[in-house]
Amino acid sequence: MTENIPLTELHEESRRVFEICNACRYCEGFCGVFQEMVKHRTFSDTKLDHLANLCHNCTACYHACQYKPPHEFAINLPATLAAIRPLTWQAYAWPRGFAALLDQRGLWVTLVLATLLSLFLIISFALLDNSTLSHRHLGEGAFYKVIAHSTIVVLAGSSLLWSIVAIVRSAKNFIPAGAVFSASALRATVADISVLRHLGGGHGEGCNDQDEKFSNARRWFHHAAMYGFALCFAATCTATVYELILGRMSPFPYDSLPVLLGITGGIGLIVGPAGLCYLHLRAHPETKSLLGMDIAFSVQLMLTSVSGFALMLLRETQAMGWLLAIHLGIVLVFFITMPYTKMMHAIYRTLALIDFHRTN
Amino acid sequence: MKVDTKPRVISKTTNILVIGGGHAGLCAAITARELGASVTLIEAGDRAMRGGNSRHTRNLRVMHNTPTASLVGAYTENEYWQDLLRVTGGQTNEMLARLTIQGSEPLLDWLMSHGVHFQPSLKGTLNLERTNAFFLGGGCALINALYIYAEKIGVCIHYGEEVVDVYTTNARFERCRTATGRCFSADALIVACGGFQANETWMAENWGPAAKNFLIRGTPYNRGIVLKALLDQGFARVGEPTQCHAVAIDARAPKYDGGIVSRLDSIPFGIVVNREAERFYDEGEDFWPKRYAIWGRLIAQQPDQIAYSIVDAKVIDKFMPSVFPAIQAETLTRLAGLLDLDAKHLQTTVSVYNQSIQRGRYDSAILDDARTEGVIPGKSHWALPIDTPPFYAYPVRPGITFTYLGLEVDKQARVMMEDGNASLNVFAAGEIMAGNVLGQGYCAGTGMTIGGVFGRMAGTHAANQVSP
Repeated sequence: MTENIPLTELHEESRRVFEICNACRYCEGFCGVFQEMVKHRTFSDTKLDHLANLCHNCTACYHACQYKPPHEFAINLPATLAAIRPLTWQAYAWPRGFAALLDQRGLWVTLVLATLLSLFLIISFALLDNSTLSHRHLGEGAFYKVIAHSTIVVLAGSSLLWSIVAIVRSAKNFIPAGAVFSASALRATVADISVLRHLGGGHGEGCNDQDEKFSNARRWFHHAAMYGFALCFAATCTATVYELILGRMSPFPYDSLPVLLGITGGIGLIVGPAGLCYLHLRAHPETKSLLGMDIAFSVQLMLTSVSGFALMLLRETQAMGWLLAIHLGIVLVFFITMPYTKMMHAIYRTLALIDFHRTN
Repeated sequence: MKVDTKPRVISKTTNILVIGGGHAGLCAAITARELGASVTLIEAGDRAMRGGNSRHTRNLRVMHNTPTASLVGAYTENEYWQDLLRVTGGQTNEMLARLTIQGSEPLLDWLMSHGVHFQPSLKGTLNLERTNAFFLGGGCALINALYIYAEKIGVCIHYGEEVVDVYTTNARFERCRTATGRCFSADALIVACGGFQANETWMAENWGPAAKNFLIRGTPYNRGIVLKALLDQGFARVGEPTQCHAVAIDARAPKYDGGIVSRLDSIPFGIVVNREAERFYDEGEDFWPKRYAIWGRLIAQQPDQIAYSIVDAKVIDKFMPSVFPAIQAETLTRLAGLLDLDAKHLQTTVSVYNQSIQRGRYDSAILDDARTEGVIPGKSHWALPIDTPPFYAYPVRPGITFTYLGLEVDKQARVMMEDGNASLNVFAAGEIMAGNVLGQGYCAGTGMTIGGVFGRMAGTHAANQVSP
């Protein structure tokens, strides 16, 4: 519905909507978007971009709106802001040209990249020493009989470094000029995010998924994805500590901390994105905002988890080498593409929340 | 409306039929259903536009002796009663008014336990945080919550069914027919379908051709068909038949359902002229919240029912903006051109007004002494010369909120007959009977309180009556 509408037109439409909202203000209790809105009579592009990212698309204000279609004012604030959001991520991304690559074709681009990288790794392993790729390797250090430990460190380290640089530069574009750091705003933001307060609909009973009824389903699925991701990240960190500091080499036993963290997080990374996509698909037609990048990101997260589980379960078979290459390919592409995927919603929304708490 | 009179099948029989799916009708339907009655609710609007005028509301006025989650301080029964007495000028039934007041506090709890969310008290606006509880998200959110609850407990809801005929015999409801040709019969009827402000023909009976220029702030479905049918069949009336709550709103608002955003707050900050570019009333008589409801009537009496609120650059940022941008020009002559007014006449009106202003201290927060002398009409407060370009104008028309004519009810929400007896099975709630309590004037949030209290009362007594 909103595809291919330029950001300038969407900004104009959101100004029209905000002028009506500002004269009504019935939604002021719902969320920070309205608390911020009432402080302005005119809205700069930057302010609109921030409001768009402050919106969590719970759609409570759409269902509560006396001016929603078929009223001639045809107000649909969440859809208006949802259309702006991905365009802001493109506009603020560094380097700028990269972001558009992953917009609507994101799923195919990430899949092709992951496949290519996996193939590249498989071929490299095979070329290095064909006999090791399809052998069974058992015990500590088994992975590194297929690929050198130092190679993994270099590959993972450079991918992560790239994405950190790109994300920091993109974030800098988004932070308003002259904004000062505030510890209390950061604390309030962390508190919001940890419970996903803004997916609570302003009263804690949740978002409107399909209709006027509230449900916390989206909140729980997002918790699964978010904490699942955090646990997988923690698994990677603990594994690194084991290897670099404790001198124990992976694969680790099933009852070790890295594996337990990875299993728990991996389940979250399957349940969460799958549930969120399911909710997206059956969303109310007027507030449906499923983007190519939502699917792409969900598939990326789920593939990361599935390939990780496959590697763990089959690590004592001849398939281990292949699965290791595939898992590495998926994970590395996840990091390399991260500054341009739906992952960035977490960055921009966090920054928008910090800015909101800093000034309210 | 001409409807077919062919024999028809009775499509729905139920214990209790509720006509009107706004706040009052929903409170009645839910209450009756919870007491075990089978309940059918018919709503004239389609699902998207359901809820009548309730969709445009935002709070209700609640008595409370101690602070609650959504209200600060205390608002005693007596203070509430004094407020009602004052705004109605005594045109109120004290027994029913006190029932409303006493019922308001349990109503708040009842609404919360039926899914309605309220804003925390500290968020209150309009200085009403002591007296009025604000719905989180406004009236549509309240209506949504009550529809969800009603559906859940098995109230049978029909959208898009506008009643065109009601049949009663000997003070007893028999059946009614809708525009789609369906018939509904029931053991008891609760009417909660509002006044008649959206019925242009009926409005023209009182206002003449002026009625066609009125804007209706709320639903287009309040056409008073059921009200008229019952009044014609011997049910007793209450309230002034010719009166309506008419406020000044932006003339560019839609004909119906413009709601809150068409509100205009500029009038006390400048002058108001009619089509002849003449002032016609004291724009600074009192604070705007105390005067906005007389301006609808004032403009209704002007030619073509149109007026223009004119302010200058000094004050343009001093009031809440209207949703429609001000018409602006660098000179009064050009402004007159944009408004299609006689430029010379507007110049004269403004200069006479400017010259009549006495030296006084301007303060918009108090009834100040910046006023005019020797001009008719005068401006009693906040008179500043209109001399700083650009000049701004807002076109203004009467916006009708509701009508006062209604059905007389007793303390069980039972509709009275003209002979002084109560109807056997017809009850009323909401705007259609609000005139019992609010004979004239208005007091923010009382309409929703009357709707909720009498809705619950009607639901209770109707259910008790039909229970075996």
